[in-house]
Amino acid sequence: MQILRRMIARLAATAVTLVGVAVIVFVVIRVVPGNPIAMMLPPGATDADIQRLQELYGLDKSIPEQFLIWAGGVLQGDFGTSISLRQPVSELVLGRLPATLELSVMALVIAVALGGAMALTATLYRGTRVEGAIDVTGGMALSVPDFLWGLVLILLFGVLWPLFHISGRVSPSLGFEFQSNFYLWESFVRLRFDVWADIVAHMFMPALALAIPLAAIISQLLKQSLKETMHLDYVTLARTKGYSETSIITREALPNAILPTLTLVGVQFTFLIGGTVIVERLFSYEGLGNMAIDAVINRDLPLIQGIVILFALIFTVVNLVVDMTYAALNPRLRHA
Amino acid sequence: MRDTRAHSRKPGLRLWLSGGWITILVLAALLAPWISPHDPLAQDLFAGRMPPFWQAGADPNYWLGTDSLGRDVLSRILHGARLALTVALIAGVLTCLIGAILGLIAGYYGGWADLVISRLVDIWMAFPPVLFAILLIAVLGTGMTSIIIAIVVIDWTRFARVIRAEAMSQSKMDYVASAQVVGRSRFGTALTEILPNVLPTIVALLTLEMGIAVIVEAILSFVNLSISTDAPTWGGMIAEGRTSVHQAWWVLVFPLVALFFTVLSFSQLGEGLKDHFDPVLR
Repeated sequence: MQILRRMIARLAATAVTLVGVAVIVFVVIRVVPGNPIAMMLPPGATDADIQRLQELYGLDKSIPEQFLIWAGGVLQGDFGTSISLRQPVSELVLGRLPATLELSVMALVIAVALGGAMALTATLYRGTRVEGAIDVTGGMALSVPDFLWGLVLILLFGVLWPLFHISGRVSPSLGFEFQSNFYLWESFVRLRFDVWADIVAHMFMPALALAIPLAAIISQLLKQSLKETMHLDYVTLARTKGYSETSIITREALPNAILPTLTLVGVQFTFLIGGTVIVERLFSYEGLGNMAIDAVINRDLPLIQGIVILFALIFTVVNLVVDMTYAALNPRLRHA
Repeated sequence: MRDTRAHSRKPGLRLWLSGGWITILVLAALLAPWISPHDPLAQDLFAGRMPPFWQAGADPNYWLGTDSLGRDVLSRILHGARLALTVALIAGVLTCLIGAILGLIAGYYGGWADLVISRLVDIWMAFPPVLFAILLIAVLGTGMTSIIIAIVVIDWTRFARVIRAEAMSQSKMDYVASAQVVGRSRFGTALTEILPNVLPTIVALLTLEMGIAVIVEAILSFVNLSISTDAPTWGGMIAEGRTSVHQAWWVLVFPLVALFFTVLSFSQLGEGLKDHFDPVLR
């Protein structure tokens, strides 16, 4: 009962947030000076032409009216038509979404692997120089945002020692015909490992740039929780039974220390997704974020709205899932 | 939540290094017009993409080389420090003021004020910050003022969230209750009792915020939405360097180094201050 009420309250809050985001974007981009319609027409266009197109895009109505029309369409899955690309916004956005999802998930996997390894190593060698070195590295990794790590990686592994590609998503020279926009997944399923390796070589550096700060956060929190767990009685018991230190950490301490980290990873994952906007730009990666920046530069109002709403939706859904997972995993909350 | 023992092993060194870099930077920014060897905007098309002084073919007049338009990289970095620090200072202080005030109101007064402010924070957290900043610049137009406004608008929540939580826990303390018992007004208590106790947190957050302001300004310059297209911003230089990285690496590397250490220093200084002020909570 408690859980049900909690979830309903959460869903209501999520709905309020999404409507709030929609209203703010809608109003903010409509006070833009400069007429987006005038920008897309050739210089010789008459006022009548501009008028006609404005009517076509509904830009001649008042902002509240425009909002209601737009919101009505959204509820039916219609996000309008992009002004600069002249295609339905939903098609464009959904076409780019897989690229951003693949990048974010890859970054998350790298962050968890890297952060987990750092925490476990630091716990195993606690009190030694190894732990000190990991702390200092983590502190630096955390202090510098993904954008700068991306640039550093471009210099190191794109120019100085060119291991990876620094722009794009796949080499066009491979001539591979994709059926879906999940390139990484599709090339793997279709067993084209040459294509798959090429995609990974394109994605690895932007994913790593996004992962570095998150890896540091994971490492710090997991190490802290492990440290607390290592003093508990059952760990001491395992130690007296003669288990090795490594197996004590991984089998006994880790399962109990992982819960707080899990919640944090969920929240931080939304920040990581937010970071894709500039990192995709930096690596000319054809995802949602890169498209968003172009949309803003081109004053493409319907497209901007669609992308921002989608980002907000992803953020709130991730948070919701984290909350529910936490409730399901934490026995204290379940029986409350 | 974080382990303080490992960090406080050498608290001094971290503060000295980051404080030292920022001092150098402030001096460079203040003295830029006098110590720059060249005009940062002056183009010399016959001296385009000159390498730095230790490489073959370098012109000793241009220590760190020139960009594709023959502008002196060193002079542009020094003048870029001026722009970066101006934005950091003004945007940092304004963000701090607005965020801290809203956070104090929400945390100390509670009720409707808290409900409205917390809901706003939730909505703000659902925006991708970089996209939000770019959107605001597109609306406000480019320029220093727009950048500062954009930073304040996207980042006030960082202060509001932390200060709200701090004010909430402080307002439950006995000394606040006793201040009210002796007849202080609520506003007076907030000002004389709560504020001084959250001040260390505010100072640490402000330092962190200045680093964030520097990076936001760089990102906006990078996507060409900064002060003006030829203004010597680090982000603008990096954007140009990114496109010609295979021909002239120095155009990317030197401003990147400046930006990297500046962001790192502000962040380390802020973290250091946080640990220094509040060894128990952090």
